[in-house]
Amino acid sequence: MNDVMEEKILQKLKEKFPDEEFISETFRDELTITVNAGRIVDICRLLKNDAELLFKQCVDVTAVDWARKKKRFSVVYNLYSLEFNFRLRVKAFIENDEGSIDSVTSVWKSANWYEREAYDMLGVIFKNHPDLRRMYMPEEFEYHPLRKDFPLLGIPGSLPLPQK
Amino acid sequence: MVFRVLYRFPKNKKKNMEKLTKEDVHPKIVQALLGEDTNITIEDALENEMILNMGPQHPATHGVLRVLLRLDGETIMAAVPELGYLHRGYEKLAENMEFQEFIPHTDRLDYLSPLSNNVAYAMAVEKLVGVEVPDRAQYIRMIICELSRLTSHLIAIGAFAMDVGAMTIFLWAMREREKILDILDLVCGARFTTSFTRIGGVAADMTGEAIAMTTKYIDEFEGNFAEFEKLLNTNKIFVDRLDGIGVISAEDAIEIGLTGPNLRASGVDYDIRKAKPYLKYSEIDFNVPVYKEGDCLSRYFVRADEVRESVKIIRQVIAKMKPGAILANQPKQVMPHKTEIFTKMEELIHDFMLVNFGMKTPAGEVYHAIENPKGELGFYIVSSGEGKPWRVKIHSPSFVNLQALGHLVQGHMISDVVAIIGSLDPVMGEADK
Repeated sequence: MNDVMEEKILQKLKEKFPDEEFISETFRDELTITVNAGRIVDICRLLKNDAELLFKQCVDVTAVDWARKKKRFSVVYNLYSLEFNFRLRVKAFIENDEGSIDSVTSVWKSANWYEREAYDMLGVIFKNHPDLRRMYMPEEFEYHPLRKDFPLLGIPGSLPLPQK
Repeated sequence: MVFRVLYRFPKNKKKNMEKLTKEDVHPKIVQALLGEDTNITIEDALENEMILNMGPQHPATHGVLRVLLRLDGETIMAAVPELGYLHRGYEKLAENMEFQEFIPHTDRLDYLSPLSNNVAYAMAVEKLVGVEVPDRAQYIRMIICELSRLTSHLIAIGAFAMDVGAMTIFLWAMREREKILDILDLVCGARFTTSFTRIGGVAADMTGEAIAMTTKYIDEFEGNFAEFEKLLNTNKIFVDRLDGIGVISAEDAIEIGLTGPNLRASGVDYDIRKAKPYLKYSEIDFNVPVYKEGDCLSRYFVRADEVRESVKIIRQVIAKMKPGAILANQPKQVMPHKTEIFTKMEELIHDFMLVNFGMKTPAGEVYHAIENPKGELGFYIVSSGEGKPWRVKIHSPSFVNLQALGHLVQGHMISDVVAIIGSLDPVMGEADK
């Protein structure tokens, strides 16, 4: 099941995007495909709409801070295909300096809040997002708490107490 | 367009209003409500739309959820939920502690079903490090998972009924839940925040007394629950207030990311216990209740039916359980039991190493999800090969269910908002992490 589906996904992707590179790896029976961040919306649209893939559920969009590595952020999309009962993880490393990637809200509506959360927690900017506000922290907060350079104990004075 | 901001202050003093607009409603939130840039000014109330603030301390919002509603008369034009009042930064904490240290924190996510949160996290870590859990531990995990589904759904139904005006059910639900907490007290040693699972098994064995108590409880439960339904299903007020309210189609439900009972109420037959069986669910015979209507009433029906299925599962698991080990025998990853630490040298060394340096993990990433009472609870763990996780992402069902709130309440009345929040059954501890 896993191998068949993996082959099918890679074949479809290579057909549609012949000049892109796709790196697939399997760990604990979970398939991860690393793609080019510049084409993420097109790739996601293909994964969702192709009749033999149908990744209609976007379970999660999140980002990982790799601290000192050259490409600091990777954005991770956990997808699920209800029809074929298959989980897929799509990963894209952000390569530009401003730390931005195109938003996939035009593909899955549910990505809206996931991307807002990733923006709030890690400061990844999702371009063309309809409503990129902070999810948890107050709008005035300057930092992104899940970044590795943010201290665990917080920064004193960064969250002002309400005035009496 | 001109809008009026009104809440808390009985008198429409202009000074108070201006102060409110500046401090309590952030301009960006207003912009999200309207879909355009607008300056708020105050004019005649009757000719204008109104922005109403609900929560974060409203009794019907199940915690500290804040919803901003844009109203035309009593009809809701748009709603924006605001989260974060209970944000405790668990993902950040998880990065700074060893894998096994995070288990007590998972209790505090969905605080109505702490046991199944523990199981979800422990299973994700076990998948990462490759631990085989003994059969008996898996069966015990199944029993406590289903018991916590009972407690969670009882509160969901009780609080839901209370939101729409039926007080009795809430008290009855609390009474039934109390009996389950007594069982948990006997099994885990704590009633509520139990931290019962360990990486590689469970903390303690289920004694004969606990099993007898569980059997007695589930035998009586079906009769007791029939009384609930007698009171609710034939209650005209209850049914009329929910029937056809907050309808969402199957396609929209998938698109917006609904999960768990809320997704199944829209006609999507998706339950992780069936789709990707974990623990020993593949051996158990049970049904997944699915309703087609996708309204508040069917969300209640799904929960009511699931409660019965849970009882069925527990009965089958108790029949299948055999004596055996409750912790996996992998000393480099699994913490030994306390009695062994105090009496054996090897175990003491392993315990010292595990507590001080963490377990040995391979570098890699896993995502494991289980069917929690509220929906799909998944943990995405990235490990860099150390004793601490590099990144933990909690995919919490309440969070994704709340995303549908703005979509569901559009075009309904204010009183329906309360019913819709109740039917989604969010727990803010989980939504805010």
